[in-house]
Amino acid sequence: MNPMNYLYLSAVLFTIGALGVLLRRNAIVVFMSVELMLNASNLAFVSFADIHGNLDGQVMAFFVMVVAAAEVVVGLAIIMIIFRTRRSASVDEANLLKY
Amino acid sequence: MSPFSGAVASVAEPSSAVSEASGVFGLTWLLIALPLLGAAVLLLGGRRTNPWGHWLGVLMAAGSFAVAVVLFAGMLGLGEEERSIRQFLFDWVFVGTFEAPVALRLDQLSMTFVLLITGVGTLIHIYSVGYMSHDPDRRRFFGYLNLFVASMLLLVLADNYLLLYVGWEGVGLASYLLIGFWYYKSSAAVAAKKAFVVNRVGDVGLSLAIMLMFVTFGSVTFEGVLDNAAAASDSSLTWIGLALLLGAAGKSAQFPLQSWLLDAMEGPTPVSALIHAATMVTAGVYLIVRSADIFNLSETARTAVIVIGGITLVMGAIIGSAKDDIKKALAGSTMSQIGYMILAAGLGTVGYVFAIFHLVMHGFFKADMFLGAGSVMHGMNDQVNMRRFGLLRTVMVTTWITFGIGWLAILGVPPFSGFFSKDKIIEAAFSVNAVAGWVTLLGAGITAFYMTRLFAMTFHGKKRWTDDVHPHESPWIMMGPVAVLALLSAVAGLALGPTGLFERWLEPVTGFTEPTPPVAPAVISIAALVLVLIGAGIAWVTYARNPVPEVAPAGNLLTRAARADLYGDAVNEAVFMRPGQYLTRWLVWFDNRVVDGAVNGTAATIGGLSGRLRRLQTGFTRSYALSMLGGAALVAAVLVLVRL
Repeated sequence: MNPMNYLYLSAVLFTIGALGVLLRRNAIVVFMSVELMLNASNLAFVSFADIHGNLDGQVMAFFVMVVAAAEVVVGLAIIMIIFRTRRSASVDEANLLKY
Repeated sequence: MSPFSGAVASVAEPSSAVSEASGVFGLTWLLIALPLLGAAVLLLGGRRTNPWGHWLGVLMAAGSFAVAVVLFAGMLGLGEEERSIRQFLFDWVFVGTFEAPVALRLDQLSMTFVLLITGVGTLIHIYSVGYMSHDPDRRRFFGYLNLFVASMLLLVLADNYLLLYVGWEGVGLASYLLIGFWYYKSSAAVAAKKAFVVNRVGDVGLSLAIMLMFVTFGSVTFEGVLDNAAAASDSSLTWIGLALLLGAAGKSAQFPLQSWLLDAMEGPTPVSALIHAATMVTAGVYLIVRSADIFNLSETARTAVIVIGGITLVMGAIIGSAKDDIKKALAGSTMSQIGYMILAAGLGTVGYVFAIFHLVMHGFFKADMFLGAGSVMHGMNDQVNMRRFGLLRTVMVTTWITFGIGWLAILGVPPFSGFFSKDKIIEAAFSVNAVAGWVTLLGAGITAFYMTRLFAMTFHGKKRWTDDVHPHESPWIMMGPVAVLALLSAVAGLALGPTGLFERWLEPVTGFTEPTPPVAPAVISIAALVLVLIGAGIAWVTYARNPVPEVAPAGNLLTRAARADLYGDAVNEAVFMRPGQYLTRWLVWFDNRVVDGAVNGTAATIGGLSGRLRRLQTGFTRSYALSMLGGAALVAAVLVLVRL
């Protein structure tokens, strides 16, 4: 199978994730879209590793997973707090930090 | 001006033979320390020193005088070439090869000044005990007087120009404090400020001279500068000489910095006698004579000194002839007499000795007359207008006699002291330059006119007293010192002048060449005496025989100009003050509008821009995410395009 197909899939997933971040209001969905983008890039890393025949991309993918796990913890905690105080998880309503 | 070209070499020699202080000369520092201690105790001690403060002041001045006499006796015991003594006290400025230690130089020149300052100073301290007895601030007065004596001694004893500058500023400070002693009188406060400011102008000259010395010689000590003067270029010597002259002009009230001295008469009369007649104002003469090695080598600088001295000599005499205020008339006379000394100092080796000789004699007779004027004021409720004096000889006999001796001395009537000192200056001036000679000769005539006018208006003629005054003789504590000064005015010239003692005494320091006037000295003496008789005669007829109007008549053009100090203040105001004011006003405008405008404008622009920029912070996370995405896309696009 042509390894380029994995890259195409990765690009499609990344675009879906990016659109999700930009278009959705629910913080959980935005968060999930971010995860989708991370995993899209992971897929691209692994594919590149396969194409070039070395392990650099795979190592990088592990790093991204570890960071993503940590980020999930922090991000979910923030979303929990926002939901508790405002009874809503809409990112558009959490707009106090402005000019 | 060739006569002294041969003498130059002999001038530089003696100053290299300076020996370190030993034996009795180890006491030199006490000269300064005693009055300085007195000043410290009186000024820091506060009110608890009030009851005995004035006596402490007198004691310290007298102690300093006693030390001076001991040192003088010690110096007489030494050979002529061993009389330059240096006392090193401590390191002060010591950087690389540059050193300016606190060291004192006691030689014949500084010894002369030390004796004059401490001697006349002590007499004036004693006089002040009586003169200031009713002043609640008498202790402060004596504190300042002691401070002055200490500074003046430091000035004349310093072994380098930097330390001399410290003393120079010290006497300037003391002069400021004492002119403004009655600071609650606005005229006194203004006069003090004026003296301070004008003196600063002169001080710039002295500091420039010191800097030039450092650049030229790499040293500011007397040894380093004066002994190497011959090695320096003509132009640097000339510039140093001119800068020194500017310094001397400021301190000695010489044209064009003469305007402060007349106003300085706002101070108490003992101050006028000590600082503004006998000692401080002669510091300029000291400076020039001390720097003789420089002036010997620069004819331009010497000529400038002669011209300045000559101009001031005539100006002071003219101003003195028109003033009705007894102290201001004396101040004009002081200016004129210092003009004589400066002129003599500009004559070179032929004149240095006579400049100092006249300085000492002037110190005696002018202090005598100032203290006499103080005695008159004491008896006349502090009035100074001579048009309301007249016939005071009947009620103030001692003052009349002592003042009369001073009057004869300044006129130059033999055998009083002025005759010997002034005639020698006229002789020396004629032997260098005929114009300078005629100026000094003419000055003698005008001197006779204004001093006789002053004397006649005060002590002779008819009573013109205001109704509320009851003139009386001053107490012995005031008249005692005046009598001593009168005695010195009468005999000191005869004792030191014709005997040649003074010339032999100073010659090793300043060098000396016998004046060679084109005519016999006797002819000059007789000419001067004739002029003096004419001047005095005119004044006597006008102001003693004929009635003196109690209100000053309008007078002719010259009189009106002289009353206005020959428009010295007007010129200063027109040339310096008003343009200065316009300049500062313009600078304030420039600062407010242009400098501040630029700064404030920049701040306002940035503030406005950031106000706009702030609007980008909408608070919507998704728009931030969009800009991040856009930015990332842009970066990626650029990378791709550049790669391709």
